[in-house]
Amino acid sequence: MPGDSDIAIEFDGAGFRLPDGKTLLSDLNLAVQRGDTLMLVGRSGSGKTTSLKLINRLLAATSGQVRVDGKSVGEWDTIKLRRGIGYAIQDVGLFPHYTVFENVSLVPKLERWESRRIDARVEEVLALVGLPVAEFATRYPDELSGGQRQRVGLARALAADPPILLMDEPFGALDPITRADLRTEFQQLQRKLGKTVVFVTHDVGEALQLGSRIGLMEAGNLRGVYRPEEFLATTDASVKAYVDVFRAGQQMFRN
Amino acid sequence: MNFLFTHPREVATLTAEHLWLVGVSMLLAIVIGVPLGILLTRRPRWKAFILGSTNVIQTIPSLALFGLLLPLPWLGARADRLAIVALALYALLPIVRNTYVGIAEISPPVREAAIAMGLTSGQLLTKVELPLALPVMLAGIRVAAVITIGVATIAAAIGAGGLGEFIFRGIAMVDNGVILAGAIPAALMALVADLLLSGVEKLLVRHRS
Repeated sequence: MPGDSDIAIEFDGAGFRLPDGKTLLSDLNLAVQRGDTLMLVGRSGSGKTTSLKLINRLLAATSGQVRVDGKSVGEWDTIKLRRGIGYAIQDVGLFPHYTVFENVSLVPKLERWESRRIDARVEEVLALVGLPVAEFATRYPDELSGGQRQRVGLARALAADPPILLMDEPFGALDPITRADLRTEFQQLQRKLGKTVVFVTHDVGEALQLGSRIGLMEAGNLRGVYRPEEFLATTDASVKAYVDVFRAGQQMFRN
Repeated sequence: MNFLFTHPREVATLTAEHLWLVGVSMLLAIVIGVPLGILLTRRPRWKAFILGSTNVIQTIPSLALFGLLLPLPWLGARADRLAIVALALYALLPIVRNTYVGIAEISPPVREAAIAMGLTSGQLLTKVELPLALPVMLAGIRVAAVITIGVATIAAAIGAGGLGEFIFRGIAMVDNGVILAGAIPAALMALVADLLLSGVEKLLVRHRS
């Protein structure tokens, strides 16, 4: 019954193991509600990115199931599944031989939208990420700053208006000021668009600011899922470790 | 030097023959080499075998390769046919290798983004991989063209014609003028091919970060 329930993404005992036997993710059980912003936090190698890639099938679960709209991702037409999921990553991965316009319009073009609708949509999503179309449409990625590239990457992910957005440390490589700007803009954007977002980060501050829920991952396991205020108030030692580091960071600036 | 200018029609005929040998063999090498290079990016296990064999072909002296192919039934029947196949075999290595390297070199996030956006493998190839690999592929084609123009002079030894006719005739007659009538147009042809293809390459190289 795809579309019936309020659950957009569901991990059902999902695991991923490399061919050499190393387990990157084991027995993940987690449901993401429509319109939720789930932040996955944890150290490098804790399985955050692996979990993300199971959703759009860049990786195929080696055990259990991942369901999108109630249907196992293995049963989806992979191309159709991916066209309905926006994807933004730290390295952006803009196509260097395409202009900003061509980068952003690629999926709508592949989906055979009318050219007038494509023009209007590109202008709309570029405006959403704060880039005037007149100034940026004809530029190439190597003519953009890091922050601008990340904005274009976000616009590209939003172009075909996918209901789900996957983000893997999209602001991780930016300078602190640009990073804070983009984070705030994304927060406002998300309030406006109400997408289902799964967002990987190792920055607790980012998770607290953007997330409606926070999933903490450790060594391929999900430790728990918390609302931001639960996360801050927890007595669980392993969650507390993250909160303490975050508080210590904040404390430093107060003096 | 005189011979070159006193026999313009013969020079023109042999230059045209030479161009034809090079043109057809290059076309053949591209038609075979580019798909082979693409195949290697999809089946990396075959890399050692395919690059290894094209490499081995290049180590065979050209005169010996022409001789080795001569007894083959269909090939040996016509000298130009045999020359074209031999020349195409020589041109294969730089074309296959550069096609493979050009595609393999594309930065992983670019490929990952393309796949995650829902490009089919055909769209990935035509919209992302080939356009980005093109400058490297062209560099390979350029190297192949220059090699082929040089090696094609040897084709005259098996009667396939081309500018090598003058060179072999000049050696037999101990006449430098006749040798140069073959050598100079061949050298010029190589230079022009190199310049033309590097021009195309430069045009395409701009947006590759």
